[in-house]
Amino acid sequence: MKTLNTKTLKLFALIGLSLAGGLAQAAEVQVAVAANFAEPMKVIAAKFEQATGDKVAVSLGSTGKFYAQIKNGAPYDVMLSADAETPAKLVREGYAVPGSQFTYSIGKLVLWSPKPRYVDDGGAVLKKGDFRHLAVANPKLAPYGEAAMETLAKLDVLSQIKPKLVQGENIAQTYQFVASGNADLGFVALSQVYEDGKIMSGSAWIVPAALYSPIRQDAVLLAKGKGNPAAAALLDFLKGPQARAVIRDYGYAL
Amino acid sequence: MTLSAADLTAVWLTIKLAAIVTALLLVIGTPIAWWLARTRSPLKGPVGAVVALPLVLPPTVLGFYLLLAMGPHGPIGRMTQAMGLGTLPFTFWGLVVASTFYSLPFVVQPLQNAFEAFGDRPLEAAATLGAAPLDAFFSVALPLARPGYLTAAVLGFAHTVGEFGVVLMIGGDIPGQTRVVSVLIYDHVEATEYAQANWLAASMVVFSFLVLLVMYVWAPNKKRGG
Repeated sequence: MKTLNTKTLKLFALIGLSLAGGLAQAAEVQVAVAANFAEPMKVIAAKFEQATGDKVAVSLGSTGKFYAQIKNGAPYDVMLSADAETPAKLVREGYAVPGSQFTYSIGKLVLWSPKPRYVDDGGAVLKKGDFRHLAVANPKLAPYGEAAMETLAKLDVLSQIKPKLVQGENIAQTYQFVASGNADLGFVALSQVYEDGKIMSGSAWIVPAALYSPIRQDAVLLAKGKGNPAAAALLDFLKGPQARAVIRDYGYAL
Repeated sequence: MTLSAADLTAVWLTIKLAAIVTALLLVIGTPIAWWLARTRSPLKGPVGAVVALPLVLPPTVLGFYLLLAMGPHGPIGRMTQAMGLGTLPFTFWGLVVASTFYSLPFVVQPLQNAFEAFGDRPLEAAATLGAAPLDAFFSVALPLARPGYLTAAVLGFAHTVGEFGVVLMIGGDIPGQTRVVSVLIYDHVEATEYAQANWLAASMVVFSFLVLLVMYVWAPNKKRGG
């Protein structure tokens, strides 16, 4: 110990104290986030951490997988679902706190291709059908997939396009199929191709809301996060003006 | 409740995929394993390492690179398009190609072990008796390596059946084309259809157990006999 002079010891003590202090103050909140909300959540989490000093740990995945995991003891405090049904089911089954459910965003569907001037404003490209693969999210698993199938049915092109459909297991994988060029075009979430009020690349048709049922995305406080002040704070923050501005920037309705 | 028509389609597709991939791998794997077992070339190490890569790489890595490579802008995709075959992702044959990469070490390594086990002696004896190298391979080496071939075939088949990540990445979940059992189980679980997931998953457990049982009970006896 002789080699450690008092100065060094003091420094260590100081570091130790500040670490302990930090632990006591900053709480952590674990959030399960639907894949389509990945980008806005990154921004919102950073703003929230800055405003409160709390830490946000984001897990990305599909709503169905989170449902199974939460029922089997996954350590999430908050869930941002891609639908309204799953949070309601979790509340009914006692895995989420009653009265905590609210709609944080309404998703918009877009037909998108990385090729410029390929998708027209009006979706006539679907009727023309000069493509090999059209990517959609699995309609059984993802609300955006369900909305895509509804749209195809309303446009009366479902039966002719069906043999060309390829399915991603969630909306992130669907985007990957299109972005890599393996599918010529696909129905993805507007938030994936939209930033600062415009489409980032390629060509797109924002599907009119009349063609599919609204994609209501709900958040809920999970049973495990009940006593966690950071969890409650994050849910409040999501309802606040700062978060809502971000959500709108990514092309969601509110 | 039992297996639905969609489940049975997936089961049949999986068996078809695994059978084709196993047959292909035994043909491709034999010369590779033979070379690895016999060569004194400094390339033995690097080639062996490349063959073993799928053992350590996460399937998502392999699947992601295959998706890019086989896509319209990737090297394999350009080649298949130039040959007029279109691109491979989202097709049954795309899965065959991907699974062949993925299961390669499971076939090559048992074969290589088998070829190494009997050493140079039997082949030298065959050569002394006037057998041409190819003749010696087919009438001496192949029969001696039979236990290795059994292990390789069983492992190659079973590993292809159990494949999930790669298929998920490049398959596109098309019924009768790319929706194999492991992906369908995942779909059932995600859709919270737990009863259906259970039926398929339990079948997989039974199948895997039987495969391993065959290997552990039968293969060592064969080896001792040989």
